[in-house]
Amino acid sequence: MSGKQFIERLEKRFGDLVARVELEAIDPWIEVEPGGVVELCRYLRDAEDLRFNYCNSICVVDYFEPDAKKAAKTAWSPHLEVVYHLSSIQYKTTLVVKVMLPRWKDGVPGQLPEVPSVSGIWSTADWHEREAYDLSGVWFTGHPNLQRILCPEDWVGYPLRKDYEMPLEYHGIRGR
Amino acid sequence: MEMAPTSGIVEIDVRTDEMLVNMGPQHPSTHGVLRLVLRTDGEVVSEATPHIGYLHRCAEKIGENLTPRQWIPYTDRMDYLAGMNMNLGWALAVEKLIDYDLPEKARHLRVIIAELNRIASHLVGMGTYGLDLGSFSPFLYAFRERERILDLLEDACGARLTYSYLTPGGATADLPPGWLQKLTGFLDQFEPVILDYHALLTNNAIFIKRTANIGVMSAEMAIDYGCSGPVLRGSGVDYDLRRDGEERYTSLYAGYAFEVIVEKNGSYPRDHEYPPVPSDAVLGDCWHRFYVRMLEVIQAIDLLRQGIEKYSQATGDWGTPIKLATKLPKGEAYLETECPRGQMGFYIVSDGSGSIPLRARARSSCFCNLSVAPELCRDCLIADVPAIIGSLDIVMGEIDR
Amino acid sequence: MADYFSTWFPEGWDWLGWLLAAIIQAVLLLHVIAVGAVVFIWMERKIAGRIQDRLGPTRTGGKFGWLQTLADGIKLLSKEDLMPRDADPLLFKLAPYISLAASFTAFLALPFASGWVGVRLNIALFFVIAVLGLEVFGVILAGYGSGSKWSLFGGMRQAAQVVSYEVPLGICVVVPVLISGTMDLVTIADQQSGLFSNWLFFHDPFCMLLFWVYFTCGIASVNRAPFDLAEAESELVSGFLTEYSGIRWSLFFMAEYGSMFLVSGLAAILFFGGWNGPIPIFFWVPEGNFTLETLANLVGLGNFLLKAVLGVVVMMWVRWTLPRLRIDQVISMCLKYCVPIAAFCFLGSVLWTALHLPFLNDVMPMQARGDVREGWVQDIDNEMQQLEKRLATEAYELNSAVEGGPQQEAQTSLEEDAADRVALIPTPQPEGAR
Repeated sequence: MSGKQFIERLEKRFGDLVARVELEAIDPWIEVEPGGVVELCRYLRDAEDLRFNYCNSICVVDYFEPDAKKAAKTAWSPHLEVVYHLSSIQYKTTLVVKVMLPRWKDGVPGQLPEVPSVSGIWSTADWHEREAYDLSGVWFTGHPNLQRILCPEDWVGYPLRKDYEMPLEYHGIRGR
Repeated sequence: MEMAPTSGIVEIDVRTDEMLVNMGPQHPSTHGVLRLVLRTDGEVVSEATPHIGYLHRCAEKIGENLTPRQWIPYTDRMDYLAGMNMNLGWALAVEKLIDYDLPEKARHLRVIIAELNRIASHLVGMGTYGLDLGSFSPFLYAFRERERILDLLEDACGARLTYSYLTPGGATADLPPGWLQKLTGFLDQFEPVILDYHALLTNNAIFIKRTANIGVMSAEMAIDYGCSGPVLRGSGVDYDLRRDGEERYTSLYAGYAFEVIVEKNGSYPRDHEYPPVPSDAVLGDCWHRFYVRMLEVIQAIDLLRQGIEKYSQATGDWGTPIKLATKLPKGEAYLETECPRGQMGFYIVSDGSGSIPLRARARSSCFCNLSVAPELCRDCLIADVPAIIGSLDIVMGEIDR
Repeated sequence: MADYFSTWFPEGWDWLGWLLAAIIQAVLLLHVIAVGAVVFIWMERKIAGRIQDRLGPTRTGGKFGWLQTLADGIKLLSKEDLMPRDADPLLFKLAPYISLAASFTAFLALPFASGWVGVRLNIALFFVIAVLGLEVFGVILAGYGSGSKWSLFGGMRQAAQVVSYEVPLGICVVVPVLISGTMDLVTIADQQSGLFSNWLFFHDPFCMLLFWVYFTCGIASVNRAPFDLAEAESELVSGFLTEYSGIRWSLFFMAEYGSMFLVSGLAAILFFGGWNGPIPIFFWVPEGNFTLETLANLVGLGNFLLKAVLGVVVMMWVRWTLPRLRIDQVISMCLKYCVPIAAFCFLGSVLWTALHLPFLNDVMPMQARGDVREGWVQDIDNEMQQLEKRLATEAYELNSAVEGGPQQEAQTSLEEDAADRVALIPTPQPEGAR
């Protein structure tokens, strides 16, 4: 199945939920609306001829430039991308799914952007989403146990955000 | 007490208190600073919750502030037992982004180095697994041979643990003269030693008793939890990135004859004399995961022998490392390689504005392999917990990054 | 010895002589444990080293690192004596002493050569096995009193394990007792004098099998790998030892190495003739010649130590080779294999002896089988009859005592009879050939 056929099929089935398709990139990817991610992922996993049953990685890329001068020159506007790397053990194929999110929900700093959790589809997503929440500050709704995983439970801030500032002090330990 | 009228068996429910036990972060068999909170009823573990992050060194955050070549030493320190494979994974991901084609000689050099490091890593995995089960001597036998591998790698790059040898573009240096002969000598000496390991562990009756039918993981479960490497293949999933991975990675192994180590139709590849599979062992248990690792050592020896031949006949040079501040094109590349512990994926994102990536992400194989531990450790005995965790062969440096 | 010292003191003060003798013997035995532990720990390191392609200690004390244990001991002595806040202070401090005391007490009845024994008991074997079983109390107390969950696991495991393994161990030691007809370890060993074919190990095929069961259970009861579940460092950190440091920790180790030696020494006495060598070389020593007998005993002592140490070396060898079993496997191995095999061998041995079936000793050119050992089967009927008679007499005397008879005499005879009954057969004649 060529990329084009595949895209047509997805668009036919999901309509506007598939927001954007990039077939020319090094790793071709499709963008999906946050609301449709669970539906799409379940379809990708279960469809007989797709079988993306292996979730390699879920990570978040923070498009943000803290320096105002440089920020003016960037080609993108600040946002978060949740990137799902999927592959199929059976057909030895890979696929990248992206979800674009605002950096803060409703533009209020501190309010985490939300995306539905896919931990019900791939069990491995459980820990990956915890890590994404821990380091990049994305709230995965419907996750069974969304807690920090790498950082201590009482850590403040999301280290992989570009505007993250290392705390000066943590439990009496000097931070800088 | 009321008795069920139809059943002749009387079950007496003995209420005992549950106990929360901390296994780690300072514990001899958690392979570093893993902390497992066990909920136990006597010797029976009803729940095991891993707590990780004790070795978190912000590698990904650092990667966002360094150029790809500068980040190479940080990849060493992820899976510190297989630094070369980490280097290779990151190098290939960066090469994928900048679309760099490798000279033939560098290709074979990478195969040799990666497979040699794979042996060293599996030796540690095997030795420490023996330790987990209370057998001390195989550990030192394994380290004796690993020492010789480290000597070889030291000859090649000057370092014994954190190599930073394979870089985007090739390697930092060619193999020194006479190195291949030394390697051949090592392989000839090493191959018979594997029989000792089989005698002490793989075929040992107590070892089989401790590992067979313990921590059984079905193929579906392994895939669902994103397990990879020997853990995945030990469950009978025929998937090895060296054969099934992306073109950029599999092309390294193009021309090499090797079979994926996995049980197919009830038997493992038959290109060597392997110890028999005990009747107690069930596909997907600790014994099979260990066995796959042991067979991969033999497979790596085969690949090395082929690599030595191919390398000495290859043309071209060993590859020039890219400049420290190479401008990265706009785009993103994700590439997974088959590391000793599983599929190590590197993800690099650049917006085309400079030589520093916007995001450097490492998908850790052990991270996913460990995530299945709570599932496997349910209702096992305390003594099985080290056996199961050991069979997953985790390295905390890679999990916590 | 006590009698000799008593002559030093004036009338009424002769108990001082007894005290002196007791102290001397206790100190001697204590040295067997302490020095033994020093040597064994050094040996263990060297053996482990050689098994693992290492050298082991090489420098301390000049050559071979033979002072390594002493250096370690000094280090341990100078370490801080730590006690967790949650620990039960009394139990925590008491535990190592109980372990060591049990191990030490068992040595009291262990002979090192013919007649060279701290206390010669006619129930020595029973005493040793019983006291050795007490060692577990130290471990249980340590596990319970440490205030640590890992220690608790270790203590509970040890309790389960030792209690189960006492059973096959008991069955195993009963067979030599049955064959030789006594529980006196000196007598048991002396009966095996002569050629090696006279050792109980070669008495019949069941004994040959039984020895291995005994040795397995011995390893299990002294808590060595592959049965070292109580300290299982990869599972329980170090089990009951987790919270111990310094000298208390080393007391446990002294007890462990002491017990190892004890179990191997018992094996040597019960199955391998104790101090009686494979070939009798001192059979010409005339009885009553003190110098020559002492010389023979010295060589016998060396012989015995060699056998016992060999047993310890095999234990070390096993430890550094095999992985550890799981607790349920340890228990099921005891119940499913050790107990049935031991019981089977017990029956087999009894039948073999009762039917006078020939074995190795009967085809050897030089036979030196003790009379007593052969005699018990024929004598057993007579003995039983006599016993019944005596019991009847006792009952009669007791009745008469109650009715106002000669109370004193009845009690004395009772005591004598009791001692006889335990040994079944009075002390046998010492053997000339040694």
